Amino acid sequence: MSDISYAQARTSNLVFGRSALIGAAAVLVVLVALFAGARFGLMLALGLGFGVALEGLRFGFAGPWRAMILRREPAGVFAQLLAIGLVACVAIPLLAAHPEELSGAQAPIGWAMIGGAFVFGAAMQVVLGCGSGTLVNAGSGNPIGLLALPFFAIGSFAGAYHLVWWTDLGALPILTLRGGLGLVITLAGLGLTAGLFWILGKPGTRKLPARYVVAACVLAALAVGNLVVAGQPWGVVYGLGLWAAKGAVALGADLSGSAFWAASGSVQRLNTSLLTDYTSLTDIGLIAGAFGVAAWRRGGLSQALPSYPARAWVATVVVGLVLGYSSRLAFGCNVGAFFSGIATGSLHGWVWFIAAFAGAFVGIRLRPLLGLEARA
Amino acid sequence: MTRRFTASLAIFGLVALIGLDVIASPPNPYRAPPMLAFGSGLAASGGFCGALPE
Repeated sequence: MSDISYAQARTSNLVFGRSALIGAAAVLVVLVALFAGARFGLMLALGLGFGVALEGLRFGFAGPWRAMILRREPAGVFAQLLAIGLVACVAIPLLAAHPEELSGAQAPIGWAMIGGAFVFGAAMQVVLGCGSGTLVNAGSGNPIGLLALPFFAIGSFAGAYHLVWWTDLGALPILTLRGGLGLVITLAGLGLTAGLFWILGKPGTRKLPARYVVAACVLAALAVGNLVVAGQPWGVVYGLGLWAAKGAVALGADLSGSAFWAASGSVQRLNTSLLTDYTSLTDIGLIAGAFGVAAWRRGGLSQALPSYPARAWVATVVVGLVLGYSSRLAFGCNVGAFFSGIATGSLHGWVWFIAAFAGAFVGIRLRPLLGLEARA
Repeated sequence: MTRRFTASLAIFGLVALIGLDVIASPPNPYRAPPMLAFGSGLAASGGFCGALPE
């Protein structure tokens, strides 16, 4: 075969492969819409969008925090704050105008919540994957993300199982910033946070790259879509816990001893299809969307898998469990608590951010000790 | 071994999860809510990571 015809065949294969990816995504969305309902098909489409945006634009949460702490590069955190601010501009007024149809990511601030956020912040730096990051990493073929994911789900199930006991250790009432004044305070808080990171950031690294601006705008649009379609904000860890809870029930487990899983709402969701659970659908979309981007890229799936020592794999299993458990005590991960919490006016989102960022300093120190990177 | 193997495992896991769940709890499109929660007049009722037990 000549060089030209070989190149033509490769191009043709590439076009066929990419067309198949788009077709498969469309078929999946239509099937869910037909067999579960139009709202659920839309939720899967939004989830696919989240996955494509995060993997395609290489936007995340754990990585930018690491860049800020280790190298004083604040651009990624600026993009996170920009996305949250854009969502807040729409979500807080919408929630005020339609409180009967839409609910925010509101949760109480408490001892367990703060501790859970601190531990989650540390754990997500160990495996360099937060709630959404672990799903995206798994979908794009990262072996650490893939191994952590099932244990994240089991941890989330266990954390929810014990949630009420932990919350009873002490928690404030739910504190929410509402309406126009709530939006102004939220935007001022985001601006002050950005200002602080600007001061702490290294000169020359403060400019927001166009890729991050696009990612922030796309994520914000998808998050608002999530709120409008589902009536609730974007979340991750509830769905993962539900997957493990359904597995436990299928294996004969009795969940009646858990105030969380025995509650009527939980029982109803345990008995209905995952294809009607909003966070499950966006979680599925995150994995599948990231897979689609990795398969779309030239050579995206042909990278050789890295080699890690045995202790790194053991650490990944333990950290996966910790990520899941701590995120339930913290009333969410970087998505449900930090992103959606702040964007919908919940003060627990701000406390989560401070506690998790403090935990990230610990996680960054732990990562090389556990064999997940070359020791400096 | 490349990422093709691990990414395929992730997709296989998803397919297995959804397949087993559909067998155990088949969805019913005739009980589906309106396409958008916004404007539906119905209270939001999905599970969320910030929610305490109902």
